[in-house]
Amino acid sequence: MKRHVKNLIPVAVLAVLLSLPYSTLRIPGVFDGAVNTPGSLQLLALCLLFAGLAIGYDLLFGRLGLMSFGHALYVALGAYSAELAMKNLHLPLVLAALLATAIGAAVSTLLGAVSLKGVGKLGTENLGTVGFAMVTLAFAQAGSILVGRDPKTTGGEEGLPLSTEKVPAAFVGVVNTVNLYWLALAYLVLVCAVVWWLTDSRVGRAWQAIRDNERRAEVLGLNPFRYQLGAFVLAGTLGAVGGVVHLLVTAGATPETTTTDFTLALLVMVVLGGSGTRWGPVLGGVLYTLLDHRLGAVATSDSVAGLPAVLRVPLSQPLVLLGVLFVLVVYAVPGGLAALPSRLRGRRPPTRPGLRGRGPRGQRGEQHRLGVVEGEAHGAHPDRVASEL
Amino acid sequence: MILELDDVHVTLGGSHILQGVSFSVAPIGVTALLGRNGVGKTTTVKAILGLVRRTGRIDFGGDPVHRLRTHEIVRRGIGYAPEDRCVFAKLTVTENLALAERRGSAHAYDLVYELFPELKARSAQAVGTLSGGQQQMVAIARTLLNDNRLIVVDEPTKGLAPKVVTEVAEVLERAAERVPMLLVEQNLALVRRLAGDGVVLAAGQVVHRGPVRELLADAALTRELLGVGQARGESVTPPTRPAPSGGSIHPLAIVKDRQPPDEVSPPESTRSDAP
Amino acid sequence: MSTLVLLTLTGLGLGALYFLIASGLSLIFGLMDVLNFAHGALVTAGAYAAWRLTGHLPFAVAIAAAIATGAALAALIETVLIRPLYSRPKDQILVTVGLGLALPALVQGIWGADARQLQAPKQLAGTVSLLGARVPTDRFVLIAAAIVVLAALKLFLSRTRYGLVVRAGVEDRAMVTALGIDVRKAFTLVFAIGGALAGLAGALGGVYFGSVSPDQGTSLLVFGFVVVVIGGMGRTDGVALAAAAVGLIQQFTNYYAASGLGDFAAVAILAVVLLARGNRDGVRRLIRRAA
Repeated sequence: MKRHVKNLIPVAVLAVLLSLPYSTLRIPGVFDGAVNTPGSLQLLALCLLFAGLAIGYDLLFGRLGLMSFGHALYVALGAYSAELAMKNLHLPLVLAALLATAIGAAVSTLLGAVSLKGVGKLGTENLGTVGFAMVTLAFAQAGSILVGRDPKTTGGEEGLPLSTEKVPAAFVGVVNTVNLYWLALAYLVLVCAVVWWLTDSRVGRAWQAIRDNERRAEVLGLNPFRYQLGAFVLAGTLGAVGGVVHLLVTAGATPETTTTDFTLALLVMVVLGGSGTRWGPVLGGVLYTLLDHRLGAVATSDSVAGLPAVLRVPLSQPLVLLGVLFVLVVYAVPGGLAALPSRLRGRRPPTRPGLRGRGPRGQRGEQHRLGVVEGEAHGAHPDRVASEL
Repeated sequence: MILELDDVHVTLGGSHILQGVSFSVAPIGVTALLGRNGVGKTTTVKAILGLVRRTGRIDFGGDPVHRLRTHEIVRRGIGYAPEDRCVFAKLTVTENLALAERRGSAHAYDLVYELFPELKARSAQAVGTLSGGQQQMVAIARTLLNDNRLIVVDEPTKGLAPKVVTEVAEVLERAAERVPMLLVEQNLALVRRLAGDGVVLAAGQVVHRGPVRELLADAALTRELLGVGQARGESVTPPTRPAPSGGSIHPLAIVKDRQPPDEVSPPESTRSDAP
Repeated sequence: MSTLVLLTLTGLGLGALYFLIASGLSLIFGLMDVLNFAHGALVTAGAYAAWRLTGHLPFAVAIAAAIATGAALAALIETVLIRPLYSRPKDQILVTVGLGLALPALVQGIWGADARQLQAPKQLAGTVSLLGARVPTDRFVLIAAAIVVLAALKLFLSRTRYGLVVRAGVEDRAMVTALGIDVRKAFTLVFAIGGALAGLAGALGGVYFGSVSPDQGTSLLVFGFVVVVIGGMGRTDGVALAAAAVGLIQQFTNYYAASGLGDFAAVAILAVVLLARGNRDGVRRLIRRAA
């Protein structure tokens, strides 16, 4: 029964998403017009696109525990190389998209190998995560600089408008916004299919083993580097495909996609929704995109303009609110919004056989919430625990 | 009783490692904490010091300490020489000792340098460059530097050459004359020599308490509680009483200890056969 | 020759800026395993503190205010936000990420997105003639500041009890507490030192670039990270060398190759260093064979 319900959720969600363009529903506060107006569909398309990008990012962050700060690079690569292929090589959209995907795969293979290889040898394990974070950040920054410093090719701060003559007419113009919605939905379905299928497969179990304890996974005969690189390339390639979709949905390649803030937005989405879960990144991606747009509208509204400066200034900057919200989620809802229902339901730890008296509570989440002495990080080191057992 | 544990539980990474440990440590002499590998001896020690999250009651010197943080517990007068020594490899001997100095306590450098003259000679050397035995001396010296009411020593002879084990044993014996000690040790010959009371853990619980001599005299019980693993204990040369001090070479000097750190040396015979 | 001198001193000045940022990052990471993404925001905070006071008060006061702002903000962040999360290292990084997003946005909300001109005092605005080159004075100030900071950090680490605690904590935090030392005090101190240096970097960076802007700190932070990874975490000397090298290479590449390539060169060195480190044994063997 329960299993049936679980399998039905994606079908139900997909059914809702498929029906949205036919809906004349009005949701005040979220969409300006009815759901099926171009403005709303454009925003919805962005929501679905970012949900897909967030899933791709979470492949690294949630599934493998790799904190990449350079995911924007691959999205930007997809968008810019597809546009440049259309503009300068005069390729039709499909070929340009394929080329962009191939470039995304190639660059992520190269840079992933460098980042992961160097990281493993930096010293302690902790340094590994952090070194990887810094290195991916640096590479992405290089990409961002390239785009900024070469305005002749990339359009610099202006970005590049979409070469509409190379794009099928169905994706051009306000009247065709619904097709962009379908495109974004197709992208989301593609990413979900690939990532969810892999997560449930043997590969996914290997990912989990590597995330939980890289060294133990190595002892089990898994090659962490190979799996990590595979995931990195997959995430990079999916990101590049997402970049092409971004190019079409926003009708241009924008330098915002190259920035660290773009990656950080993906990180915030994933953490907000719940990393390492099926629906967390989807939820986070949709919610963040909606908030980002609605908060922008709030910021310029008259009601905010009338507030005293102490309130007006933070409210006028969506990033202030999102940053604060993010910090609050990290504190109050570890595991993200996707974990909220089970956290509310599972307050009471399960009774365990062999646990008597005032034994420690078994819930991991509970443990985290109570203040812990500094020593625990040291004492509870997986390897130390393993040797202690 | 200087230290009392009552129903102490520890869960690490989802495993319920200590399941209600209760025992006490006498205010005099050495209490040995025994058990096979992985029964939770080191976790018990860490629980006492607050280095792992635990529940239950722990009294030190009559006062509850289980709500205090590690440094506060230690400041009440516990010296701790952890498993794997945990000396600061990049710091010099002097710096390692200086770090251990606690405010409000006399610092017994005289005692430390009398017990470990080698450390004085190597005071400016980084501890990471010392042999395993010398590093263990630093770890023990740190516990003896302050006016402690209890010292907790976890596996002090682990990975040391037999000769060095003997030296460590002698130092611990001297230390035990001054301050009560909780000793975790696999080397049963050493335990027999030093410890009065013994507490045996199995699967995260105390399964036996009583004088060590009686326990070790009962071969069947020893095998049942501690495994057949007497091998390590019996391979150790019986310790000799230290010569009266004042001689030119201190009996505990570890000058000749040329063992690479953390390696058990091969038996003498094979070494002499080597080209 | 004069170009060479100018490029060298400008590169070293930039390197000095990187050092001020990277040394704090490296200390914080070394002791606490916290990758501080809010460090750039501290730089920005320092820069704006200096900008607000310049012109009203002596420039030295503005610098002191920048340092104080950075230190106070950092200490606040550590005690209020980071400290409760010491058992959740990843969440600590996430919290600093959130702050790194929110704080510059807040600055932007208050003072606008545009760069604000920082009018350096006359003594710093001029140039000094050296070996035929006219070198802006602020380069010397930056380099001098970095040298003083390096010396002070080394003295702090080697001569003081807190320095000893920090060095020991970098090796084994838990054992430091097991010696009866409240290592959290050292955490706050190190965070505050990092914040003070970030504030100083913000103020001096404002002089170097001639202006302050909300995202200035964050873009400098990236090179701070590059320097930390190249120089080695928790190694002050290594960080100083790496900072100088990155600054010099950036300037020289920008001048002799193409503008903008310098930033690439910095990232390229990072890649080379990482690969070399990954194959350290191989490199050592090569060196031995060559020697």
